[in-house]
Amino acid sequence: MERKIVLEHIDVEGIQHLDVYRQHGGYLSLKKALKSMTPDEVVTEVKTAGLRGRGGAGFPTGMKWSFIDKKSGNPRYLICNADESEPGTFKDRYLMQHIPHRLIEGMICAAYALGANKAYIYVRGEFKAVIGILNTAIKEAYAAGLLGKNILGSGFDLDLHVHSGAGAYICGEETALIESLEGKRGNPRLKPPFPAIKGLYQCPTVVNNVETLANIGWIVNNGGEEYAKIGIGRSTGTKLISACGNINKPGVYEIELGLPVHEFIYSNDYCGGIKGGKELKAVVPGGSSVPILPKELILKTIEGVDRLMSYESLSEGGFISGSMLGSGGFIVFDEDACIVRNTYNFSRFYHHESCGQCSPCREGTSWMESVLHRIENGQGKTKDIDLLVSIASKIEGNTICPLGDAASWPVAAAIRHFRHEFEFHVNHPELIKNIKHGNLEKLDVKN
Amino acid sequence: MFKVTIDNQSIEVEPGTTILQAARKIGGEIVPPAMCYHSELKNSGGKCRTCMVKVVQGSANDPRPIPKLVASCRTEVMDGMVVENITSPQVVDARKAVVEFLLLNHPLDCPVCDQAGECDLQNLSYEHGTNATRFEEEKRTYDKVDIGNLIQFHPNRCILCYRCIYAADQLTDNRVHGVLYRGEKSEISTFIHQAIENDFSGNIIDVCPVGALTDKTFRFKNRVWFLKPMDAHRNCPTCSGKVTLWYRGDEVYRVTGRKDVYGEVHDFICNECRFEKKNSNDWTIEGPRTVAPYSVINQNHYKKVVIPSVINPLKETME
Amino acid sequence: MSEKHFKHKLYVKENKAVAFSPTTLEKINTIISHYPEGQQKSALIPVLHIAQEEMGGSLNVDIMEYVASLLSITPIEVFEVATFYSQFYLEPVGKYVIEVCQTGPCAICGGEDIMAYLEEKLEIKVGETTSDGLFSLKAVECLGACGSAPVMQVNTEFYEFLDLTKIDTILAELRSKKELKKPEEQTWKERLS
Ligand SMILES: Cc1cc2nc3c(=O)[nH]c(=O)nc-3n(C[C@H](O)[C@H](O)[C@H](O)COP(=O)(O)O)c2cc1C
Ligand code: SF4
Ligand code: SF4
Ligand code: FES
Ligand code: FES
Repeated sequence: MERKIVLEHIDVEGIQHLDVYRQHGGYLSLKKALKSMTPDEVVTEVKTAGLRGRGGAGFPTGMKWSFIDKKSGNPRYLICNADESEPGTFKDRYLMQHIPHRLIEGMICAAYALGANKAYIYVRGEFKAVIGILNTAIKEAYAAGLLGKNILGSGFDLDLHVHSGAGAYICGEETALIESLEGKRGNPRLKPPFPAIKGLYQCPTVVNNVETLANIGWIVNNGGEEYAKIGIGRSTGTKLISACGNINKPGVYEIELGLPVHEFIYSNDYCGGIKGGKELKAVVPGGSSVPILPKELILKTIEGVDRLMSYESLSEGGFISGSMLGSGGFIVFDEDACIVRNTYNFSRFYHHESCGQCSPCREGTSWMESVLHRIENGQGKTKDIDLLVSIASKIEGNTICPLGDAASWPVAAAIRHFRHEFEFHVNHPELIKNIKHGNLEKLDVKN
Repeated sequence: MFKVTIDNQSIEVEPGTTILQAARKIGGEIVPPAMCYHSELKNSGGKCRTCMVKVVQGSANDPRPIPKLVASCRTEVMDGMVVENITSPQVVDARKAVVEFLLLNHPLDCPVCDQAGECDLQNLSYEHGTNATRFEEEKRTYDKVDIGNLIQFHPNRCILCYRCIYAADQLTDNRVHGVLYRGEKSEISTFIHQAIENDFSGNIIDVCPVGALTDKTFRFKNRVWFLKPMDAHRNCPTCSGKVTLWYRGDEVYRVTGRKDVYGEVHDFICNECRFEKKNSNDWTIEGPRTVAPYSVINQNHYKKVVIPSVINPLKETME
Repeated sequence: MSEKHFKHKLYVKENKAVAFSPTTLEKINTIISHYPEGQQKSALIPVLHIAQEEMGGSLNVDIMEYVASLLSITPIEVFEVATFYSQFYLEPVGKYVIEVCQTGPCAICGGEDIMAYLEEKLEIKVGETTSDGLFSLKAVECLGACGSAPVMQVNTEFYEFLDLTKIDTILAELRSKKELKKPEEQTWKERLS
């Protein structure tokens, strides 16, 4: 069953509003944190909880917080990353739209722990409706004395504002986000220095994902130890999974980490199986950036152990036979899906979204797209397949930010696991010319 | 002082020194090539990725290696750091890849390019490139843009190093050009019809590592290896007045800042010196300029520096 | 083969006077106050959104120079930003900008058919505007709503779980010149029951 932490009470009528949210235990953590805990104690609880960043990289949140430079005397900032642009991911929008106060509550606790008196929620510009909902919720919180000066009489001040982006996937990368928040182009910065030392306006800054921050209230209320009991191994707590693609029940599910992948795909509590009674072909389990895995490898590891929905299990086998939990964007492909077309589609995405600052990504993403476009349109040659592998390997690891890697991995993985489909495209140009997504059923690509 | 070892050679440098600067102190072939970094331009570097090196030992205190290659132009040394540049096959490979990426969309117009002979990209590809092109797609092209009577802009040649942006930001009062659009479509432009003209705007020519920004007033356009560089100065109220004059016979064909062995100008000059003082009488001549040892100007011969298969189609034109 | 020649269009100033209403200026001052002193450039993206919304749906040189002056920054700083983000339009657009998501998750759920159908119904190609100035059709990348694929956005509203009949209804509604209204929200649960 779903184990609810960040989505608890999400179905309650009117939960977007402060009064209803409070009737259901909302903002209790604030009293506890501000009145009975020191900031460092809050950081310690988050460390004990073992909470890891839910934005994609899975970096331990408590540790990130402890890096923030408290000595410089410069103002500190907390930024919530609500850019949510990774294809396959739509959990943050769901959370903010339905239970905005859960995020705000978490942010206030986090800002207290970090000693930040200013915080921003950077929302992608397309989420205009979400921005409206957040602004209403923030207004309610100010009116109730939960934001602003001297919160709950504790002497702690916090200003919280929503900042809108304007259509750029790269602004989800934390340093690009900071540049964008400063009113600039979303060009990622070189690290080091890390934002914890020099972030927004060159001041110490922490950037956390929406879901990460939405966990903080629960952790403060119940303690890090309780949180760490949920989940499996180093994958503690729950995770929002955005399930989409060719399944019966797309949607956002909060799962306890450690749920078997098989159950997630086939149980009626979650994806409800493959649409139209078709067979499963492949899954991209953590947003478009992570390697695609064929059915055999997503359900079981190469050793034959059941794959679980956890950071460790999904990456078991490295990139040879594994993938990553990433942002939890779970994209399911049925037996008729054309992997080549999808790979081309993703590579077009990364080409379009590259900021263009560094040469391997700017030039390489465009090159990969062109080659894939040729293959997809029946003009590919066999050597193009190896060329793609080579280009991907030359972008990977050689760029300023991880978008270069994110553009390479899907291409490399698709060829690693579905080389026969690429070869089929190259060898049968006349057959593949008119097929679109999901029209592969008539073709026997295994030959 | 921090001790750093690069390709088995050690040197002591001030804390805060970058790996690239430390390597330049050692000198020789272990110095990583740099296309986007310019030591006089704050915040430059990190973008082109040609200067990447491998850090095999982070520091004496924390000897772990840095997992990814780092941009040497923007990575500061630590005490006891051990770095591999040309001794690392991984670095050599990655550099080849970067050169390939930079050349993908670069036009093969070296024979007609003003910069030929003093182009960092030409030098780079000569030293670090591969032999064959695997790029079968169409090259990216742009319309020509007019940015005034002093500077010629050839967008197709631009490698988006951002140096001219930093130069305009840091040397002039009012930057009117920038990087527009994004990704592969990024381009240097003024967005609106506008000349890039103010006291120091000519310096963007000198900082441009390729032939994307050239001197429109360069008289009778000439191959630079036919020209004789002489250092000279004048008492200039606006700038240092320290320049290089480029002669053919007795005539000054153009005036530039003085480039060091790494192609960097350290004394930026004003537009009056650059564009208006083309008479020997305007200047006190100091003597011949010693040119960068790696530069093709030294070799006095164009064919030597072309990357065989990439430029080959144009070989005929050259001979 | 994708288009490889990039037209390096240089824009011209029309030198038309542009100005926000006092209420809008007040709104903008509030936005500026959200950022620390001296960091008013931070307000650039939010202000460009307002400018585009209130000044005809797209940005031109006059508007951008006006925004630059409001924020005490240079025009090129505005041009650099406006050309980077895909939500800012530098060419005039129709009253309704239809942006169809073309990314993987939508594409495997029929997004390509939606786009083809819209092209057919509107009799324009993606990237174009209808001659009556009512509709512009654009392809965009993932809108962060893949669970309700296929998805499109019309101006600021999301339309989800699209199919061809729904497109007919939406177009008819917009054609009858009614103002854009908030589409009814459909949850995953409702859709399944
Ligand atoms: C290209 C790129 C896009 C990203 N997009 C997002 C995003 O949309 N939302 C997000 O929360 N993190 C995104 N990230 C991750 C952020 O850089 C950062 O790691 C995250 O916001 C940190 O928060 P967390 O530790 O709470 O996960 C992206 C990273 C990259 C490289
Ligand atoms: S990897 Fe791509 S997106 Fe990241 S900085 Fe380089 S060009 Fe920009
Ligand atoms: S024009 Fe020259 S200096 Fe400017 S970005 Fe391009 S290559 Fe660099
Ligand atoms: S010179 Fe270091 S990255 Fe360009
Ligand atoms: S792929 Fe269309 S909304 Fe994500």
